[in-house]
Amino acid sequence: MPGNPWFDWSWVTANAEVLTLRTWQHLLLTLEAVAIAAAIAVPLALLVVRRRRLAAGIVGVAAVAYTVPSLALFAILAPVLGIGRTPVLVGLVVYALLVLLRQTLAGLQSVDPAVLDAARGVGYGPAQVTVLVRLPAALPAVVSGLRLATVSTVALTTVGVIVGYGGLGQLMFEGFRNNFHRAEISAATLACLLLAFVLDAALWATGRALTPWARRRA
Amino acid sequence: MNDVVGDALRYLNDPLVWTRPGGLLDLTGQHLLMTLAAVAGAAAVALPLGAWLGHAGRGSGLLVAISNTSRALPTLAIILLLATAGLFGNTATVIAAGVFAAPLLLAGAHDGVRSADPAARDAARGLGFTPAAVLWRVEVPLAVPLVAAGVRTAVVQVVATIPLAALAGGGGLGQVISLGMGTQRYGQVLAGGLLVAALCLLVDGVLAIGQRAATPRALRAG
Repeated sequence: MPGNPWFDWSWVTANAEVLTLRTWQHLLLTLEAVAIAAAIAVPLALLVVRRRRLAAGIVGVAAVAYTVPSLALFAILAPVLGIGRTPVLVGLVVYALLVLLRQTLAGLQSVDPAVLDAARGVGYGPAQVTVLVRLPAALPAVVSGLRLATVSTVALTTVGVIVGYGGLGQLMFEGFRNNFHRAEISAATLACLLLAFVLDAALWATGRALTPWARRRA
Repeated sequence: MNDVVGDALRYLNDPLVWTRPGGLLDLTGQHLLMTLAAVAGAAAVALPLGAWLGHAGRGSGLLVAISNTSRALPTLAIILLLATAGLFGNTATVIAAGVFAAPLLLAGAHDGVRSADPAARDAARGLGFTPAAVLWRVEVPLAVPLVAAGVRTAVVQVVATIPLAALAGGGGLGQVISLGMGTQRYGQVLAGGLLVAALCLLVDGVLAIGQRAATPRALRAG
């Protein structure tokens, strides 16, 4: 039996094409899921932020939904949405949505009441306070929510292999079935970590650029 | 879709499904045992380390980096890699879930000790407490609420992660899901998913009570 190394660079060079393809699928799926989730979570949080009880209820529901295991969620969605990309995307959106919603609401609610008072004092209406004062003040929390959601989504995508569309998870499971080919699993794992790291760094930099006022304090 | 829900209810309504050897009751027991093993193992390493780092006031940046990166480390990959090393199923899953839980516990312990009121720390030092006594008798009791919150999150997340074991031939409630998927009985898949979610909520509720009981009376809110 030939050796079964933990990592083998020659596997990477020999399979560069499929590795690139899977990474690309993984990246697109992650970005799409997080973007959709953000497009829902941020406006929703802005809408409910001033209704405390409704906001608490939404966060509660989100916390319950978060306990549904990813394996089960993908598997449940598959018979409804068909095998492949759609159930994975929908599942990822759900999980990212929960993280983003909680972070955004927490950020919007933690704005200094004195600042809100001042804004009202200068004659801002409720909508202006929300958009012009609360939203910028909550931006760091939103960015940290985006980072959290993105990194978890990268990891979660691999579980999509159960319905046949796991991006790099596809390579991991293929390696597992292919006589426990460690090099394939490790390469896919490293690619996954690298992808998460790059996306995280990019979001961090974007957040820094968007919130110049937060830099002086740190 | 109605079919799937009906099938799930029919599956859950069959007493034999629950009580037979290897049935739902057995699987739930396994599931909880695996959770316990994973969290206990992770806690044995992460809690003392986190408390010490918090006490020394070092490594916050490192901790954030570790806990962020660990989120990106797919549990599936760890389980599969361990399987290739000959560690199949339950053992592999317990280790993988432990790796997954450790950063949460580490962060809880570190933040808890770190956030102890500096005045209390100073007062203890002024009374002549040794550094170990400061950590043990002042910082650790003050850290209990955050540590307990970390443990609670970790346990619930592990309960929701253990089902992945089924992909590498392990036990626990994930078996119901993966078996249902393999035989295209989607009602069973739904039932498995619901069971795991219900178990998570139940465990969370029990731990919420435990968290309250573990918090020193003076620190309880409300």
